[in-house]
Amino acid sequence: MDDLRKFARYFRRYKLQLTIGIACIFGSVVAGLFIPLIVGQAVDENWTQVSWTKLTMSAAEVIAASVISGGFLFLQRRILIGMSRNIEYDLRKDFYDHLVNQPLSFFHEHRIGDLMARATNDLSAVRQLAGPMIMYTLQTVFVVVLVLPLMFILNWWLTLLLFLTMPLVSLTVKFFGQQVHTRFEKIQEFFAQITARAQENFTGVRVVRAYAQEDAEMAAFNNLNREYAERNLSLVRVDALMRPLMTFLIGVGFVLIIWAGVPLAVRGEITVGEFTVFNMYLTRLIWPLIALGYVVNLYQRGTASLKRINSILTVAPAIADEPGVTEQPPIKGKIEFRNLTFRYHPTDEPVLRDVNLKIPAGHTVAFVGRTGSGKSTIANLIPRLVEAPEGTLFIDGVPINRYPLKQLRSSIGYVPQETFLFSDSVKGNIAFGVEKTEQADVEWAAEIAGLSEDISGFPDKFEALVGERGITLSGGQKQRTAIARAVLREPRILILDDALSSVDTYTEERILAQLRGVMRDRTSLIVSHRISTVREADLICVLDEGRIVERGTHDELIALDGEYADLYERQLLEEELAAT
Amino acid sequence: MATAVKQFHEEEAIGKTYDFQVARRLLRYLKPYVRQLIPALLLTLALNLLGVLQPKFTQYAIDWHILPRQLDGLGFLVALFFGTQLLRLVFSYFQAILLNGVGQYVMFDMRKELYDKLQHQEVAYYDRNPVGRIMTRLTSDVDALNELFTQGVTDLLGDLVMIVAIISVMLWMDVKLTLVTLLTVPMLFAATTWFRRGARRGYDLVRTRIARINAFLQEHFAGAQTVQIFNAEEKSLRTFDRINDEYRSANIDTIFYYAVFFPLVDLIGAVGVALIIWYGGYRVMQNTPEHTVLTLGALVAFIQYSQALFQPIRDISDKYNVLQAAVVASHRIFKTLDLPIAIVTPEKPLKKERARGRIEFQNVWFAYKDEDWVLKDVSFTVEPGQSIALVGHTGSGKTTITNLLMRFYDIQRGRILLDDVDLREWDLKALRENFAVVLQEVFLFSGTIEGNIRLGRDEITEERVRWAAREVHADGFINRLKGGYEAEVRERGAGLSVGQKQLISFARALAFDPALLILDEATSSIDTETEQLIQRAIERVMRDRTSIVVAHRLSTIQNADRIIVLHHGEIREQGTHQELLAQRGLYWKLYKLQYADSSHRPIADNREAVT
Repeated sequence: MDDLRKFARYFRRYKLQLTIGIACIFGSVVAGLFIPLIVGQAVDENWTQVSWTKLTMSAAEVIAASVISGGFLFLQRRILIGMSRNIEYDLRKDFYDHLVNQPLSFFHEHRIGDLMARATNDLSAVRQLAGPMIMYTLQTVFVVVLVLPLMFILNWWLTLLLFLTMPLVSLTVKFFGQQVHTRFEKIQEFFAQITARAQENFTGVRVVRAYAQEDAEMAAFNNLNREYAERNLSLVRVDALMRPLMTFLIGVGFVLIIWAGVPLAVRGEITVGEFTVFNMYLTRLIWPLIALGYVVNLYQRGTASLKRINSILTVAPAIADEPGVTEQPPIKGKIEFRNLTFRYHPTDEPVLRDVNLKIPAGHTVAFVGRTGSGKSTIANLIPRLVEAPEGTLFIDGVPINRYPLKQLRSSIGYVPQETFLFSDSVKGNIAFGVEKTEQADVEWAAEIAGLSEDISGFPDKFEALVGERGITLSGGQKQRTAIARAVLREPRILILDDALSSVDTYTEERILAQLRGVMRDRTSLIVSHRISTVREADLICVLDEGRIVERGTHDELIALDGEYADLYERQLLEEELAAT
Repeated sequence: MATAVKQFHEEEAIGKTYDFQVARRLLRYLKPYVRQLIPALLLTLALNLLGVLQPKFTQYAIDWHILPRQLDGLGFLVALFFGTQLLRLVFSYFQAILLNGVGQYVMFDMRKELYDKLQHQEVAYYDRNPVGRIMTRLTSDVDALNELFTQGVTDLLGDLVMIVAIISVMLWMDVKLTLVTLLTVPMLFAATTWFRRGARRGYDLVRTRIARINAFLQEHFAGAQTVQIFNAEEKSLRTFDRINDEYRSANIDTIFYYAVFFPLVDLIGAVGVALIIWYGGYRVMQNTPEHTVLTLGALVAFIQYSQALFQPIRDISDKYNVLQAAVVASHRIFKTLDLPIAIVTPEKPLKKERARGRIEFQNVWFAYKDEDWVLKDVSFTVEPGQSIALVGHTGSGKTTITNLLMRFYDIQRGRILLDDVDLREWDLKALRENFAVVLQEVFLFSGTIEGNIRLGRDEITEERVRWAAREVHADGFINRLKGGYEAEVRERGAGLSVGQKQLISFARALAFDPALLILDEATSSIDTETEQLIQRAIERVMRDRTSIVVAHRLSTIQNADRIIVLHHGEIREQGTHQELLAQRGLYWKLYKLQYADSSHRPIADNREAVT
């Protein structure tokens, strides 16, 4: 119910459409009801004296009523279904807007497949709730509400008889609908099992082949497949009874009209025309009565989906501007970590322990250490992808959470470990997030990132599409695109999180040299495994299990002959090895 | 780029042609169920003929009872009418049971055929096709066919029978009036064609646009962090707004066709009624006491018939989309079924028994793609019972050698022999049964621990499973699990540590007791206690069989009979640990780099890997 109330807000903008749409349903139903009456009148003509004109008039009236009814029907569908498409659009937009502001942790908790399911299947079920369900429900209500009195006036006894049996149709739909629903759920549940099993098999194809498990796997699947078919058959058995039963009950209505109606007509209590009218009205009632079952189904699915969507929409982004944050003076680039200890979850082991570090604006600081030593976490803290504890991280002396996210992030150029490129042109990917871009700027950024030559080799140069439907970039090209992306923004703080790992040493050196020029008076944080990447830094920090264990310049650390010196030696060996 | 775009367009184009070949092939699936189908079809026929009778009862009620004002025989008429209704109930129940049953069986057969086919597809197929796409074949595509059988075919057939039956009855009652009434059919036909074309075009557009929305969402959910760091939320929202809006307008454009079509059909129906009143009324007027041209009851029945005629014609258009989707789906299914399998057992396999375990690589060249050679002219032999350690950098071709041994891929040049017989001459199943593999990333199936050790081989007894687990020292932790050997393994072993999963797979290898062992040692480190258990397990499993180990552990390498050092797909050095160290070559460098100081073994932390 709460979900529905929230959903009702989406209708607010379309109040007018909704009202007009409902009026159209009403108009269409009313006009449609005239047709049987006109036919009935025609049938009741005195057939020995009736004139051509009279017949033509009746025929014209039927067509006129149908044109009016059809006109309303057209408007009704256009307006109401159109409205549901608008609501779908609004909801999808909100959904996206909401998710795109969610922090890293959210996407760790929610699998993308699950989010996609909500954005597709659930959204579509909710759309049906907003459009077809409303339309069919009201249609049924209007038909029943209008036909009932009309028939009652014609003959109350016959009407009463009919309306004793007709609710049975809706009851059948309701009862069997529930049965269908529970059996369907069981099928869906099993479907999940059978897909999981198949998915497992396909993913583990090497193990299956290696252990020659094909036959066993086929047998196992066969059992599941059989069970699945059987569950489906159990649904079939209910479904096979439901529809014929409905048709039967409606048929009984026609039988009743003859059984009770004929004597009435013979006694002259109703005319032949009225007898015909009863028959025709009953025909009109069939669809709405069946639609009622359909509507119940739409409602159940729609509300379930609504709940699933709302459960996402109500998760407030964990990292957002706190109330009252205001634009701070432009960021210069001084960064300070003050006794920073960081955990991803309160119960976890700390990933960073007691980190104290002051980085003057304009300096280049490098972080090295093993996988898991906390380097990337440091890189993630600065653009607030993860949240540092209060009072441990300062930019230009101001606590980091005092900056509006937008200001903070627009001052940072961040190149993550894993490059994420979008299915857009190369240019679009470089100028990602930038409002207005000059071609010259993009070219400049590409040049700095050592990407120009590659781009000139692409079929459409800067306009070449990246991704599944376009060109496939190598790991190194991707990384350089990401660097160009960061450089283009001319950030005050540049963060390279192992951003050159897929680039060969020669290219790396070139890029680093160019970056040094660009970043002369800007702050740079470089995370790397490679000594060659970090050796020119003003300060190198060696991390181990979340602690800074060594710090100094390259020469100082070599002289120290500790972890760093060791790493250096090993990398020299490795280079030697690669050269052979 | 060209191929990707082409593929994309091909996917799109399939739906454009109604493929009769596909239909014919679908019919073949119905063949085994002829015995259910024939009665079902007869029932459909009977059912619709009974349905056609309904307006006749109204006619007789008017002509025999109301107009002559007499009630004699009404009871009989009512009873008969009720009887037909009851018969329809019974008939349609059995019809639905039979037809839907056949539908389910056909789905069952099709899923089975697909799955069986997929079980025999070579590994390279799975490299080429993402699991998601394969799953779509098995699920949504088969389901689309289900719709075809449970709704499409039944109703379509019923509708066609109905149309023919109604027109026949009308012709029998009054030819001229029927012809006048049928004047509306060309109108209906024109309206339907217009609708079908429009809706189809709209549907295509809607489909492409929703695909774009979904691709965008998927990408931007995955790249949400990038969007945020670059302050691109608003810009991306605007882009999304545009494609969302395009989707909306495609939908709203499509509504137009529906919004026009349904009232138009009603209108054409009303024209039919008007024509009957007008011309039929004229015929009724011509009645004389001696000669009846058209009774009033027949007129009313005609009106009912003309309305009854429209329902099936409308339904057929409705079913169009179901049909289309089913054709596209079956096209895709058949394509998967028809895909040749490159790696199969030869017609007359030379070997199918337990191997002794001699391996020989003779000048083997292999590339996963084109001429990107992963192995270049590799030759070596392993005598039965020997153990070989493969050593080299990432990408040097170690894992490829193990893949080739089990014939996951076929080589381009050279020969690989097992017991002096080319792998391609071996019975595929027998060949693979000679191997047990323990891969870096242990793959556990959902099921019990015991099931994961035994897999599908029923001849492995419970005792043997336990013995194997004991031998590799896995029984300790297994017994501590809730449920012990019967403990359920959830989602590929969630809840078990990397080391525990490894121990299970060692137990699996030992229980299978193969002639050859392939071991791809895990690089990630494990706590010291488990590490010791694993080392002992490795030694136990390698005993008495030929072993090929992609080695990362110093102890494994030191214990190997021979070490093969691979570099960029070539064998650079061979020999024992001591021999190779003495050479001071590639191995010596590798050794110094990776093993000299074991405290520098890399430690994998999942969280860091994710961010």
